[in-house]
Amino acid sequence: MSIVMEGQNPSPSAELFVPASFDRAKADEIDRPVVGYWREAWRQFRRNRMALAGLIVLVLMGIMAIIGPHLNGFDYRTQDLYNMYAPPSAEHWLGTDVLGRDVFTRLWYGARISLLIGIFSAALDLLIGAVYGGISGYFGGTVDDVMMRIVDILYGIPYLLIVILLMVVMGPGFWTIILAMGLTGWVGMARLVRGQVLQLREYEYALAARALGASHWRILFRHLLPNSLGVILVNVTLTIPGAIFGEAFLSFIGLGIPDPMASLGTMVNSGYQVMQAFPLQLIVPAIALSLIMLGFNFVGDGLRDALDPRLRK
Amino acid sequence: MSTVMTAGKPQPHSASKGLPARTGQQPLLQVEGLRKYFTLGRRRILHAVDDVTFSVCRGEVFGLVGESGCGKTTVGRTLLGLYTPTAGRIIYDGQDVTHARGQLRREFQRRAQMIFQDPYASLDPRMTVADIVGEALDIHHLARGAARQQRIQELLELVGLSKEHASRFPHEFSGGQRQRIGIARALAVNPEFLVADEPISALDVSIQAQVVNLLAELKEQKNLTYIFIAHDLAMVRHLSDRVGVMYLGQLVELADTDELYREPLHPYTQGLLSAVPIPDPRAEKSRQRQILQGEVPSPINPGPGCRFRARCPLAKPICAEVSPPLREARPGHQVACHLYD
Repeated sequence: MSIVMEGQNPSPSAELFVPASFDRAKADEIDRPVVGYWREAWRQFRRNRMALAGLIVLVLMGIMAIIGPHLNGFDYRTQDLYNMYAPPSAEHWLGTDVLGRDVFTRLWYGARISLLIGIFSAALDLLIGAVYGGISGYFGGTVDDVMMRIVDILYGIPYLLIVILLMVVMGPGFWTIILAMGLTGWVGMARLVRGQVLQLREYEYALAARALGASHWRILFRHLLPNSLGVILVNVTLTIPGAIFGEAFLSFIGLGIPDPMASLGTMVNSGYQVMQAFPLQLIVPAIALSLIMLGFNFVGDGLRDALDPRLRK
Repeated sequence: MSTVMTAGKPQPHSASKGLPARTGQQPLLQVEGLRKYFTLGRRRILHAVDDVTFSVCRGEVFGLVGESGCGKTTVGRTLLGLYTPTAGRIIYDGQDVTHARGQLRREFQRRAQMIFQDPYASLDPRMTVADIVGEALDIHHLARGAARQQRIQELLELVGLSKEHASRFPHEFSGGQRQRIGIARALAVNPEFLVADEPISALDVSIQAQVVNLLAELKEQKNLTYIFIAHDLAMVRHLSDRVGVMYLGQLVELADTDELYREPLHPYTQGLLSAVPIPDPRAEKSRQRQILQGEVPSPINPGPGCRFRARCPLAKPICAEVSPPLREARPGHQVACHLYD
C-alpha cells in the first residue's frame, strides 16, 4: 500500500514475495487445547455475569440453609411466649415471630425446606419426565400417540385438585408436597424431552448407532438423552423455582408444610397477616424467596446459553 | 481373492446372464424386488423405493445415482436394516437378511456398515472421537481397555487422522476430517461391505478428492465392496465398476460404468449425462445438450405407467399404461424403457 502511495514503484517486484511454507501434515492440525464438554460449558457460563451472580447467590443460600439454623443457638420450634414479635437484637438477630420463635433460625430452616422441596420435585420430574418423554419420542407412532394422549389428560386435571386429594389421602407434609409437585410437574418435562428426542432420532448419528447394532436403550440413553441434556437441565433449573413457588402458594392457602415446621411460604403467609404492625415478618422471608427464585432463573438462562453447542465460540 | 484386486478396472463382459458376470462368482449382495413405502397419513403413501432389483459382486464398487429424492438413500438404509422393507428380499452372502434378528442381524452388522452423508449430523456431538469410533467395539464386545485404545488409534491412523485426535470432540474438526472419523467408525467392526451414502456431497470440492481417494485406498487395502451413492456423476464414474441409475424410486438403467457413460440408453440417463459439464470449452460449446423439462413428479401415490413419461421427450402411448420392467437391452446392460421393447 505504501509503495503505491509514494509513487516510486507502482508494481511490486517479484523479489518482494517469499513463498509461505506449507506443511501438509500440519495443514489441519488443531491448535486448541483439549477441552472437555463441561469445562467448556463452565467457561461459557462464567462469561454471563447475571448467571454467575445467580449461582453465587444460590450457593450462599444453600450454605446458609445448611448451617443457618444452627448459628445462634435457637431452634426453629422452641417458643418463647413472653417474647413475641421482638425486634432484631443481639440475641434474636432478626427478631421473633408470633410465638416468640427465632426468625433467623426459622428463615434458614424454611429456606432449607423450600430448597429441598424444589430439588426433590425437580428430580422426580426429571426422572419420570425424561424417561417417559424419551420413550414416547423415540418409539414414535402408536406408542407416542397413546403416551402423549395420557399426558394430555393429566395436563387437563387441575393441579390443585391432585394436591388436595393427596393431602386428604396422605395428610399434609413435606413428602406429600413433593409427591404432589412431582406428579403434576413431570408432564411438561415429558413433552419437552419428547420433542427433543423426536427431532434428534432423525439425526444421522442415531442412525449410525443403529447401523452399528446399538440397542434402542443404548441409543436413547447414550445418544439422545445426553444430547437433550441442555434442554433438560435448563428446564430443571426453571422447575425448581416453580416448585418452590408452588409450595409457597400452597402454604399461603393453608395446604403447605404444617407447623411447627417452616418453609419460606408459611413464613410469608404468617408474615403477611401482621404486615402492617411488623413488616419485617413479611419482608425477611419474601426477600429470601425472591433471591432464590431470581438465582435459579438467572442460572437457568445462563445454562441455556452455556450448554448449547451452537452458541460455542 | 486375486480376482477381487483387479476390480478397480472394469473388465470385458462375458455375455452371460443379466447379473454381473465379472468373475462368475456368487454375488455378495442380492436385492430382489425391494420396496419401501412410507405412510404419510391416510391413503398417502410415499413410494420411496419401488421394486428395485440388483446385485453387487464381491470387490466391486456399485454406484447408485439419481436426483435428490429418488430413493437412493432409502435403498442404502433399507439394505442395512435401518428401515424395514415393505417388500422384497435382501440376500447377503447367500443368507436372507431381510428381516434378520438376533445373532444373524449382529453378524450382518459386523460385515456391512455405512458411511453417512452429513459429516456434521452423523457424529454425536457429546462424544469424543475415541468413543465414537469405539462404540462399535463396545456394542459387539470386540475390544476393551488397552486393546480398545490400541484399536481406536489404528483406525484413526488408517483414515489419516492422528491418535492425538482421539480425545477431541467432533465440532473441533473440519468437514473432511469428520468424514474420516465417520469412515473410521464404520471400519471399526472390520466390515467387508460398505454403503457410502453420498459421503462427499457435503464436502468442499478440494476435500472431496481426498475422501474419495481414501475410500479407494481402503478398498484395495481391505478388499472392501462398496455401494457408492452419489449424485455427482463424475465421481461415480471415477470410482464405480457398475452404475445403477434411479428415478423416482425405481432403477431405470444398470450397466458397466464405461458402457453406461459411453452409450446411455434410457432417456433419463441421457439427460443426466448431458448435464455433466465437459472441462473443455470448445467441446462444451459445440455439443448438443439435452435438457430435461419439468419437475420430478411426487412419489406419493404414483399412478401406473412409466414414471419418467411426463418429462420424457420420446414418450409413447404405451408409456402411460404399462410400467416398463428392467430388462437386458444389450449384454450386461439393463434398462427400463419401452423404447427397447
